[in-house]
Amino acid sequence: MRKRGKGLAGGRLVKFACVATTVGFIGVFLVLPLLVVFWEGFTHGKGFFEAVASYFRAFSDPYARKAIWVTLLVAAIAVPLNVVFGLAAAWSIAKFEFRGKSLLVTLIDLPFAVSPVISGLIFVLLFGSKGYFGPWLADPSYPTHVHWVGWSGGNWWPVSMEWASLHWQSIRIIFALPGVVLATVFVTFPFVARELIPLMQEQGNEEELAAISLGASGLQTFWRVTMPNVKWGLLYGVVLCTARAMGEFGAVAVVSGGELGGPTMTLPLYIGTEYESSTQRAFAIATLLATIGLVSMMVKTVLEWRMEREG
Amino acid sequence: MTALQHQSRRRRRNILPGFGPTMGYTLLYLSIVVLIPLGGLVLKSAEIGPAKFWRLATQDKEVIPAYELAFGASFLAALTNAFFGFVVAWTLVRIRFPGRRLVDAVVDMPFALPTAVSGIALATLFGPVGWIGKYTHAMGWKTAYSQTGVFIALVFIGLPFAVRTLQPALEDLDAEVEEAAMSLGATRWQTFWKVIFPALWPAVLTGFALSFARAVGEYGSVTFISGNIPFETKIPAQLIREDLEGNYYVSATVVAVVMLGFSFVMLLAVNLLQWWTGRKFRRAV
Repeated sequence: MRKRGKGLAGGRLVKFACVATTVGFIGVFLVLPLLVVFWEGFTHGKGFFEAVASYFRAFSDPYARKAIWVTLLVAAIAVPLNVVFGLAAAWSIAKFEFRGKSLLVTLIDLPFAVSPVISGLIFVLLFGSKGYFGPWLADPSYPTHVHWVGWSGGNWWPVSMEWASLHWQSIRIIFALPGVVLATVFVTFPFVARELIPLMQEQGNEEELAAISLGASGLQTFWRVTMPNVKWGLLYGVVLCTARAMGEFGAVAVVSGGELGGPTMTLPLYIGTEYESSTQRAFAIATLLATIGLVSMMVKTVLEWRMEREG
Repeated sequence: MTALQHQSRRRRRNILPGFGPTMGYTLLYLSIVVLIPLGGLVLKSAEIGPAKFWRLATQDKEVIPAYELAFGASFLAALTNAFFGFVVAWTLVRIRFPGRRLVDAVVDMPFALPTAVSGIALATLFGPVGWIGKYTHAMGWKTAYSQTGVFIALVFIGLPFAVRTLQPALEDLDAEVEEAAMSLGATRWQTFWKVIFPALWPAVLTGFALSFARAVGEYGSVTFISGNIPFETKIPAQLIREDLEGNYYVSATVVAVVMLGFSFVMLLAVNLLQWWTGRKFRRAV
């Protein structure tokens, strides 16, 4: 474990200077911004009660409520997709040997290296009005109430969906919810896989092999042997993935229509927009996201302590 | 590899089920979410042709100052982070002080806080009426809606990279070696430069590179404090966003490819660095 000794930092003065610099730097650059979020969210109006009232009034804004729902919906779609992927990827990569494994791991990490705005841009290039699939998605020759195609007589034909009481204008991906979901899935893509792969590799295959040779099926082995071993890592991955999915700004900003109360106005975008008009309301809503971030930090710390104790 | 190991490896591949479906799903999902969309970006830039690409990448009046700002401010921020990250990591690993665990946890804040939230918080904190900004602005130092503001946001976003890469390296460093050097008569300065720094510089450099790469692509925390003043505080990511709003896909693609190319080069450098350090370490053992 950590080697403790006096070493170079033996002198009292050096120690004090180090601690003072650390606390000062972290205080100014990391702690003060966090305090600003809660301070600005709460302290508007004269007196305590007025401040609290103004804080809660921010949440009665219908646009804010809509943004909360959109964010929850996007996370509820994006996170399970990446969890299933993370489990599949971790199983195939950690439990088997094959060529090109390190290349595959690098490719899985790729979204982390892509700037947020570019993560949004790539989906606009595919599905935007002038993108590769854009003209096909929004073909003006289709009547507006027809939005889907069916295969008949060796050709694709427009199918009226009015009978299904779906009145979409056309399939919209960019400036619509699917685009926001896609960008979020891309940005949060590596989180779960990245937590699980090293953990499963560390566990080795012996327990699974024993279960299989004792007659357990593949799925039984996975649920009863592998899962209990990696549950904390999985939980941590899910927490990180969810926090990021709810907090993503740049990628979502590019594919969002940007209208208040619209189906693409997620919480971070709402905060960004509101900051221009009502700082207090923006910060009051921002305390929600900041709390999610703080919780994810706490989960990390607790899990690390737990692993330290168990390991 | 011995015959026994080889055999057990082969047996393992045969017995555990599910390789086919999980690998198939992994590749399919990876292709749909990551590879095809990124491929679209590459295809788009290939369509433009090298001559036009070069013209768009270098001759647009707004683009050059944006690159200069992104790379310049990111470089300075990464340097700052390498230095302060070293001090912070050193303090956290070597010195026991009350609240150490709390400070250690707080280092992750920029990872945990959504970028839009840190963006508006930094813009307010360092703005003309903010807790810090009111003093700096009174001294005539514009810390928001200026290039300084961009630098501040990038320091904020990059610090954890520097600290978290240095911490494990410092933990591996045995304090006894320094004590030995000092008891043999080395001064503190000599001990630092001749004993500690040679063992740590790869980690310092890795932290610098990671912080640099992250800073160059950063958007959310920068855009609020920068104020997006044309030719002055507009970063390339903001240009991409504005290009897309005007449906100028081509110029957005060009800027994006330049930025992406740079971050891949940085990533490659970091991997080479780690590979090289790993090899050196193994040889030493």
